[in-house]
Amino acid sequence: MNHALRGKSAIVGLGVAGLGESPGLTSWDIMAQSAQTALADAGLALKDVDGLFCAMMEDSMPVLMAAEYLGIRPRYVDGTLTGGSSFVNYLASATAALDAGLCDVALVCYGSNQRTASGKLVTASRLPPYEAPYKPRYPVSGYAMAAQRHMHKYGTTREQLADVAVAARDWATHNPEAFMRDPITREDVLASRMVSDPLSKLDCCLVTDGGGAMVLTRADRAKDHAKTPVYILGAAAESTHRQISQMPDFTVTAAVESGKRAFAMAGVKPSDIDVLELYDAFTINTILFLEDLGYCAKGEGGAFVADGRIAPGGSLAVNTNGGGLSCTHPGMYGIFTVIEAAHQIRGTAPGIKLDGVDLALAHGNGGVLSSQVTAILGSEATL
Amino acid sequence: MTPDKHFRDGLVAGEIRLQRCSSCHAHIFFPRVLCPACHGTDLDWVNASGQGEVYTFTTVRQRPEKGDDYNVSMIELAEGVRMMTRVDGDPCDVAIGMRVFAYVGEIDGKPAVLCRKTEE
Repeated sequence: MNHALRGKSAIVGLGVAGLGESPGLTSWDIMAQSAQTALADAGLALKDVDGLFCAMMEDSMPVLMAAEYLGIRPRYVDGTLTGGSSFVNYLASATAALDAGLCDVALVCYGSNQRTASGKLVTASRLPPYEAPYKPRYPVSGYAMAAQRHMHKYGTTREQLADVAVAARDWATHNPEAFMRDPITREDVLASRMVSDPLSKLDCCLVTDGGGAMVLTRADRAKDHAKTPVYILGAAAESTHRQISQMPDFTVTAAVESGKRAFAMAGVKPSDIDVLELYDAFTINTILFLEDLGYCAKGEGGAFVADGRIAPGGSLAVNTNGGGLSCTHPGMYGIFTVIEAAHQIRGTAPGIKLDGVDLALAHGNGGVLSSQVTAILGSEATL
Repeated sequence: MTPDKHFRDGLVAGEIRLQRCSSCHAHIFFPRVLCPACHGTDLDWVNASGQGEVYTFTTVRQRPEKGDDYNVSMIELAEGVRMMTRVDGDPCDVAIGMRVFAYVGEIDGKPAVLCRKTEE
């Protein structure tokens, strides 16, 4: 019954660098510091890396630039760019490459200095030609239109969207690595400046500097490293569109399919998962992904997140680092969903450490709800 | 002529040109060389009726010094295709399900599909 790749690879090193503000460092510098930190965590060095998985906003061939900067000559690379989901996607390709012997030590890394460099979201993507004339604010207007449709179809309210932001901030108040740690209320979110209706400033992710990296090896050698391995039990992707106008239904994401296949590969069900790290670029994301991953019925996500259910002390632990809304969001956040999920299993999370986490879900989103990638991570007990 | 060019030439002529698949009869937007529904390659061109409905929308807010707030809408045309456009008038008056008429207007001096509200 087990999928051929279930549990075949493990995360053996985690690292972050330059979270928040890192004046004087380029995106490449932050990427490299993250890589060094993750390798040191694993008890490995750059000379051991023979597989490189990297996407950056600054270059059209970022994986080559990264290899050159790091002074390595990887024999397997993947620079697939599906937006912020890329780094969750690399869990699938790295696992396949490791299992096939195409590489032995896989380094996944990312960095961005966009807060100190420009203060605005830096994106390598240009607006699609059939949308550009209408000047949607990219990417927030796409998410705003999804939120508007969800509100119209299911009665979701701005208050419920705000509850997502409040829960994320509650988690962040306990995390010294989080960029925004002052508690906020529903009223604060509702009163913040409107950006693209119905999303206001506090419905939107942060713009920070920061980098993250992780090191993967085959499971059979994972225990030789310094830290408790975190196994990749499932990883699956699906995409539906690139231009938001082409999204089949603005209230249903491809997470329905990526989640279904990731759970099947891992041989677990949604209720088995101890903690969820969902790519919350905007508050509507968390609601959509909770629905699409099977935590509540379609349309009930707004009511589901109310009353602190996903906040610290609630019945479902979601975005325990504070998420992209309150912890960090250096352009692409996907890698941080995996890093926090792995930390929770290892018991090394920088903020609130949950007890007894054996199964964690990391979900990456890319583009304008375009690419969805779900990964299920597990402790040794889940193998 | 590329499908994209044929579409853009249509705008210059004041027409909203859509493709229609001869195999599955789906209308297609944006223009391309195959049908995304059935992957057939025998495509015709038709002019859109202009009849449409707001699928969803947003108001892009601007700091006053940058200009007025403006509407961005997703319109579903009667032919079944969806496209990004702008509904004329006060952005606060736009609502999902509102009937609109799509026409060729101008944005920044270039022809573009715009929409106006239809009287009920």
